[in-house]
Amino acid sequence: MTTAEAADTAGATAASAASSSGRDGRFVHNARTVYMVWYREIIRFLRSPARIVSGLAQPILFLVVLGAGLNPLVGDSSEGVTYQEFIFPGVLAMSVLFSSLFSAISIVWDREFGFLREMLVAPVSRTGLVLGKAAGGGTVAVMQGVILLVLAPFIGVSLDAFQVLGVFALLLLLAFALVAFGIVLASRMQRMESFQMVMALVVNPMLFLSGALFPLNDLPTWLAFLTRLNPATYGVDAIRRVMIPGAPAVTIFGWPVPIWLDVVIIFTMGVAMLAMSVRSFRKVD
Amino acid sequence: MWHLRRWSVPAYSKAIEVDGLVRRFGDFTAVDGISFDVEPGEFFGFLGPNGAGKTTSISILCTLLNPTAGSARVAGHDVVTERDAVRSSIGLVFQEITLDDYLTGEENLRFHAVLYGLRKEQVQERMPPLIEMVGLSDWVDKQVRFYSGGMQRRLEIARGLLHAPRVLFLDEPTIGLDPQTRTHIWDYIEDLRHRESTTMFLTTHYMDEAERCDRIAIIDRGRVVAIDTPDNLKASVGTDTVTITTDDEEAARVAIARELDVEGEHCSSGLRLRVPEGEKFVPRLFDTPGVGVQSVSVRRPSLDDVFIKYTGRDIRDAESDSVDQFKSSGMVQAFRKR
Ligand SMILES: Nc1ncnc2c1ncn2[C@@H]1O[C@H](COP(=O)(O)OP(=O)(O)OP(=O)(O)O)[C@@H](O)[C@H]1O
Ligand SMILES: [Mg+2]
Repeated sequence: MTTAEAADTAGATAASAASSSGRDGRFVHNARTVYMVWYREIIRFLRSPARIVSGLAQPILFLVVLGAGLNPLVGDSSEGVTYQEFIFPGVLAMSVLFSSLFSAISIVWDREFGFLREMLVAPVSRTGLVLGKAAGGGTVAVMQGVILLVLAPFIGVSLDAFQVLGVFALLLLLAFALVAFGIVLASRMQRMESFQMVMALVVNPMLFLSGALFPLNDLPTWLAFLTRLNPATYGVDAIRRVMIPGAPAVTIFGWPVPIWLDVVIIFTMGVAMLAMSVRSFRKVD
Repeated sequence: MWHLRRWSVPAYSKAIEVDGLVRRFGDFTAVDGISFDVEPGEFFGFLGPNGAGKTTSISILCTLLNPTAGSARVAGHDVVTERDAVRSSIGLVFQEITLDDYLTGEENLRFHAVLYGLRKEQVQERMPPLIEMVGLSDWVDKQVRFYSGGMQRRLEIARGLLHAPRVLFLDEPTIGLDPQTRTHIWDYIEDLRHRESTTMFLTTHYMDEAERCDRIAIIDRGRVVAIDTPDNLKASVGTDTVTITTDDEEAARVAIARELDVEGEHCSSGLRLRVPEGEKFVPRLFDTPGVGVQSVSVRRPSLDDVFIKYTGRDIRDAESDSVDQFKSSGMVQAFRKR
């Protein structure tokens, strides 16, 4: 037997060991991958306190400073809700918006620092990688939101257990959809510099056109039109109506959108974005 | 499908088959029609100057980049149409660091193990000796951002070996490591290679590493310009290197060119001459008027010479250039003359 033959036989034996007994089955393998990619996101978040603090700074400024500052000027709504209470759901959505997109865009960071290649060269399904990333980014975003939720009593918002649960579920859904959206953006970006651009052209417009900071039902037509195109609008609407029972629904041509439709819209967008991001990850250039 | 069990049928006859591979970036051709085969279990070296297209070729073989033309198979699988099969057969140590610096060393390894579908028992069995081999036992619990560059490099090598790939690609794996660590790591890699009959594909700028290869391909401007065993490549150079020092090397160079018809070149250690048979040339050198030899050394061709012959460049180009420049600068000259 030549060396090459010997090597080949040995190589083939090793291969059979790897595929039959040594390594996990396909499903377990992919499930563990999703978990691992998720776990990595959580570790990275918990190990960068600066990121946690800076992620909370802007929502708290809006809630505490802008809320308190505009309270006397705006006055209470017909339901007897202060301006601060009115924007609280909006600020929660805003915090999820910021941290979801930030998490997703860290893919660009991974690409620049090479870690993305370590993941892409591995024998795992691209769907697993994207799902793990979306789940991780979503969890991190919801953690940010929950920290803010703890502030509720301090600004005079009292919530019962069902409301808290409802808000939590909606934040989770919104975070998942926004991370998926962010991954699609990130897969089209080559460098971290474009991050500023995303903030200016995507995140801030999505915030200002979402109804987080003002009611959407008496706007000039052009503004009303833009806000209805914004998926974040439906997230803010659902969260607000769970937190403030009786708050007016967002309307489309005068028709009030039911909460279940809010949920369907966000969910559909999330799934579509997820599918798009898996596709762009499959592509090799 | 019991009859198709791998151990009863050889899975592939070549570890790597490359056929007319081309990769363009815009109108720049980085890889320009390379073809070669690597046998299972072979240790194959891929040498070439900076920008020759080594990393680009590896990226194609590892499914990270599509070829513009041509085809390649790794472990019997096509790198474009059977990506998953290729991916599960290979390991890759990247040229640049690709660790997550917020994870600890151990977390980086565990992440890798999960991505490659290793079971917990396997990780328990393989990870500790690997960590020991790269000398990181005291560091695995610390975040990678606190590691030195060399430590990160060592962790990457351990990671590339963790899942016992059948074909291992090493893109300048030991760059920036001290000689002791390099020796240590190579001993381990060789041992592993023999135990697991891993096929290895190495790019390097270190000659002592290239010497270990069974065969070497030299690539320049995207083309394979030579491919053979290290011994045959050295034999193909056909000239020995005679290096002399004299009182006045420029005068000696002119005299030698005139009298013996040999074009010398200045280098850091004196005047370098390339001649077919070094020993027979030396006596003639002493007979040549106007040379005034102070010292002579004769050297058989090395892989450095092979590299220069086929690419026209020194293998440690950037490095040795700057050293040469430094040595011929005025200060060093003055210092030498004392
Ligand atoms: N994505 C890319 N876009 C454009 N040009 C590229 C790209 N990747 C590589 N190149 C070019 O292709 C050529 C080959 O690059 P490659 O990285 O393969 O060289 P190399 O042989 O690995 O060099 P080194 O020894 O420096 O690592 C270089 O001129 C490089 O600039
Ligand atoms: Mg390279």
